[in-house]
Amino acid sequence: MTTIAIPPGMPQYDDVPRYDVAAVRADFPILGREINGHPLVYLDSANTSHKPRQVLDVLAAHYARHNANVSRSVHTLGTEATEAYEGARAKIARFVNAPSVDEVVFTKNSTEAINVVAYAFSNASLRPDGDPRFRLGPGDEIVISEMEHHSNIVPWQLLAERTGATLRWFPVTDQGRLDESGLTDLVNERTKIVSLVHMSNILGTVNATSRITARVREVGALLLLDCSQSVPHMPIDVVDLDADFIVFTGHKMCGPTGIGVLWGRGELLAAMPPVFGGGSMIETVAMGGSTYAPPPARFEAGTPPIAEAVALGAAVDYLTGVGMRAIQWHEKELTAYALDALATVPGLRIFGPEVPVGRGGTISFALGDVHPHDVGQVLDSLGVQVRVGHHCARPVCTRFGVPATTRASFYLYTTTEEIDALVAGLEQARKVFG
Amino acid sequence: MQLESLYQEIILDHYKHPHGRGLRDAADPADQVGEAHHVNPTCGDEITVRVATDGETLHDVSYDGMGCSISQASASVLHELLTGRGASEAFEVHEAFLTLMSGRGQVTPDEDVLGDGVAFEGVARYPARVKCALLPWMAFKDAAARAGVGASPTEVKA
Repeated sequence: MTTIAIPPGMPQYDDVPRYDVAAVRADFPILGREINGHPLVYLDSANTSHKPRQVLDVLAAHYARHNANVSRSVHTLGTEATEAYEGARAKIARFVNAPSVDEVVFTKNSTEAINVVAYAFSNASLRPDGDPRFRLGPGDEIVISEMEHHSNIVPWQLLAERTGATLRWFPVTDQGRLDESGLTDLVNERTKIVSLVHMSNILGTVNATSRITARVREVGALLLLDCSQSVPHMPIDVVDLDADFIVFTGHKMCGPTGIGVLWGRGELLAAMPPVFGGGSMIETVAMGGSTYAPPPARFEAGTPPIAEAVALGAAVDYLTGVGMRAIQWHEKELTAYALDALATVPGLRIFGPEVPVGRGGTISFALGDVHPHDVGQVLDSLGVQVRVGHHCARPVCTRFGVPATTRASFYLYTTTEEIDALVAGLEQARKVFG
Repeated sequence: MQLESLYQEIILDHYKHPHGRGLRDAADPADQVGEAHHVNPTCGDEITVRVATDGETLHDVSYDGMGCSISQASASVLHELLTGRGASEAFEVHEAFLTLMSGRGQVTPDEDVLGDGVAFEGVARYPARVKCALLPWMAFKDAAARAGVGASPTEVKA
């Protein structure tokens, strides 16, 4: 690594917040496991993260001590469960600096959160009194990008089919960055919503959104950012980000599966028609028709994932305790280390930015002609867990002319020794298939 | 895990030096030709299998595709085992391969029936890889049906 002297008076390298990685690892029981006779090397956190004891304890304690349904009981347990559920909402609102706790809608995951917005559009389009910002028809345009996860492609394709609107997308450059050269043409007066990934789950690219946001404001469209890969790894401030909606999912940020978040500007959520009908989302119900609760309840029909929400609140506490700025820095160092280390593997080709700038700790690559399935299998035999396949982002694979990639992704508990184990495993794969 | 049980020499050899690769036109213009393209949606592996037959004998089982060593070696073995066989005999081999792959490593394969296919016994112990090995065999079944042998056309996957 090159050492650069930073002039006195400037922020110094040692000023960045840090934490004890070994101490953090001790919080994650699963990291003590062995796989195929080797210590577990988990490099698949972009897929799902592990959960610290602090989160597992809260999950168990909720069922053991406070279990009851929420928002409908006057009894003590019901009150405790409701307070824990709404308390988690408040923690998550603070975590992303939401101006109001009512702007946090609990969903099953990011996919469901994006679908809620897409269906709000089509429901508004069907109602004569639908808010014009959510009304779509032939001639209107929806804009996404080529680097989206399938969850930010298919809901918009389906919405375009239902409404007759046109789906357009930003291309991706050879370096794996968003190609903004056609911005003014792509985002125009016909655009109703732009839905973009904040950090790519396959390329690792972190998209700079300010130019796009400015254009979206200029034409009066709405902006949704898929923050599934960014909220777990860096400080996110929705006010600063200036989006209209963001979505993220609990299981990638040390929380349980089955819980995700849709954050939306209060006045936009209030203008959106409901998507799922049922209990909890209503104001009054009569056989002739119903009226609906204000957000966030309007979008949370039925009994929600209560324990999961409470545990996600604990995950947010845990991450805040370690410090999101420190986690971001740790991963930046790991990424720089990994990019250098992977460059030493003969025949290895990285898809996405090859410099640790404007990217996160998720690195996709090809190992010569060896198929990713085979790479993943050899790595697994050495205890190294990576993801192989198209990563639910098939258009990216098509863009780079490969059917699949191998992907290593890092988190707050990842160490440089684990990256060394990856590189050693890749040598082994080259030997078997070379 | 024993990596060698999965990647036996036979499999690696078929992968590195595939037999009968490439889609071919029927040598006999009177043959019925059926083709099927299958993908594994979880990993993006693809295979196209073409069967040329007079209804009695499978004159050629040709294929092309891209994928992992297991799926590509399996296609090579498929070609080698079934080309030139009588249709009913070919389906017995097909059945035996399916039985082996669904056996979770508990089925002992018969080398007289499966030839190099016995090398896939180890693959059956890896549930995540069974689909890779079966991909060409499932495509074969549909291709054969389209060529008028084997399964009824209603069973054919789009």
